[in-house]
Amino acid sequence: MSDKFVRLSDLTLSYGKTVAVPNLDLDIVEGELIALLGPSGCGKTTTMRAIAGLLTPASGTIEIDGKDVTRLAANKRGIGLVFQSYALFPHLSAFENVAFGLRLQRMPEAEVRSRTQAGIATVGLTGFETRKPAEMSGGQQQRVALARSLVMDPKVLLLDEPLSNLDARLRLEMRSELQRVQKDTGVTMVFVTHDQSEALAMADRIVLMKDGKIEQLGTPSQLYAEPATAFAAEFMGFENIFRVEGENLVSDAGQLPLGFTAKAPMLAWRPGGVQVGHGPFSGRVLASNFAGAHREYVLDSQIGQIKADAPIETVEVPLGHNIEFDLPQSTARPLAA
Amino acid sequence: MRNLTTYIILGLTLTFLIGPFIIIIFAGASAGEALAFPPDGLSLKWYLKVFTIESFRDSFLLSMFLAIFGTVTALLLGVPAAYALNRYDLPGAETIRTIVAAPIIVPGIIVGLALLRYLVVPLDFTVTMALFMAHTALVLPYAVRVVSSSLNNLRADMEEAAVLLGCTRMQAFTKVVLPNIRGGVLAAFILGFVTSFNQVPVSLFLSGPGVKTLPIDMLAYMEITYDPSVAALSALLAFMSLTIVFVAERLLGFSRYV
Repeated sequence: MSDKFVRLSDLTLSYGKTVAVPNLDLDIVEGELIALLGPSGCGKTTTMRAIAGLLTPASGTIEIDGKDVTRLAANKRGIGLVFQSYALFPHLSAFENVAFGLRLQRMPEAEVRSRTQAGIATVGLTGFETRKPAEMSGGQQQRVALARSLVMDPKVLLLDEPLSNLDARLRLEMRSELQRVQKDTGVTMVFVTHDQSEALAMADRIVLMKDGKIEQLGTPSQLYAEPATAFAAEFMGFENIFRVEGENLVSDAGQLPLGFTAKAPMLAWRPGGVQVGHGPFSGRVLASNFAGAHREYVLDSQIGQIKADAPIETVEVPLGHNIEFDLPQSTARPLAA
Repeated sequence: MRNLTTYIILGLTLTFLIGPFIIIIFAGASAGEALAFPPDGLSLKWYLKVFTIESFRDSFLLSMFLAIFGTVTALLLGVPAAYALNRYDLPGAETIRTIVAAPIIVPGIIVGLALLRYLVVPLDFTVTMALFMAHTALVLPYAVRVVSSSLNNLRADMEEAAVLLGCTRMQAFTKVVLPNIRGGVLAAFILGFVTSFNQVPVSLFLSGPGVKTLPIDMLAYMEITYDPSVAALSALLAFMSLTIVFVAERLLGFSRYV
């Protein structure tokens, strides 16, 4: 097990004159499931394409398994990629799609058949071998795409937004399916997503990206509990983020006196971290939504809007009425600027 | 009332489209000696005579040669051109598209005259060579257009997937792109074949002594001999075109591509 199985060093990626990713350093551990997370345009897909060899870096190096592959052609790298659109070959059956790469290696037919069959079984598609892509559902097509990459025994398997084209129920199913396949095969998996809940649920580690740079890197629990910056906090569901100026908490809309001394330049609270019903501050109810286990309030206060979750047992406060609240020290997350 | 008008318009349209074809069939089946409609009695002798006219046989072979090899050459040039225009962000791509389409837009008479004046006469090109080039150029726009439209439906990431599975770019093209645009290529071939075979104005200028395409030969024949054999031949050619298009429609849904 190498903890520098994939090594991106000082990698700069650009499209023409536009630099999409400047000077990126990232080490990927052998056998881990790592997520590149970020909003569209953050450079996550660009980084993935560079690892695959579909994009030549402007500068820097990519090493895989101890070898410099920066200038190695994409078809020689031994990397699998499951495309967001699956990119199945429409003229071939599911079986032939999966066998495609094996046949290129001039492997004996018997071995092609047995490995293809095994790959199809791994993704649970036995019985669908003769179907054409157009005759399969989105979920099945994705399994074919996954099997097609897996049978090549790739050093690294890349997945581009693997769940984005599936409906909600299939998405949950594919989540655990991908995790299972990863544990069974032990393949190093890198997946790109813009959905933090997907990254949190599936990944061993998350690389949060912004504007081509790594904003924060850590395990899902680290990122969830301890986002370092306002951007990371926002991505992890901290909806109330304010600046600290002396004794006050400040936003563009106004300010509130802080009841404690904070060393950080910013503080953030999740809606669930806001204490509702009593406290030194008061806000007018702008919206109130039932959300099962709690009630989501949007309050208009002296510092602007506050998102706060109240336990469902508390009495509902009607729209336009005032409600007392507190931003307690115990649930505050200090952030770097 | 509106219904009646619709039927009248439809009827007139069909009459004008199909009418000449029916007239030709019967005029060729005449038992008389002159081209006339209604025919002077019915017989198949003109249909049989067509096959005995030596010059028709030669010009038919020339037309076949031009239609098949001109179209194949146009596809050999047109498929890569369509691919390049479709996949790469080429400077001047729009200009290239316009130039490629020019043979459809520029009147055939002008194309024929230009080829004659600047290739055949000063450069001593053989007439067959000039005809071959002209027919290739005429078919090229169809090849590029039809193949482009099937390439548009093919996502570029499919080729990337093939490359990641071990293909070279060339293998990705032959193993993934070509099989998926096969229908478009075949449609372009048929369209090109029919266009080339029936083409008159360009060939009119380029036909020389002893070298004539079939339509030109038929014109020449009619100037001298006004018998029903030309009508019979026309009917046979129309049947040939119809059969090709019908088979193509049956086999691959031709009308989807044109």
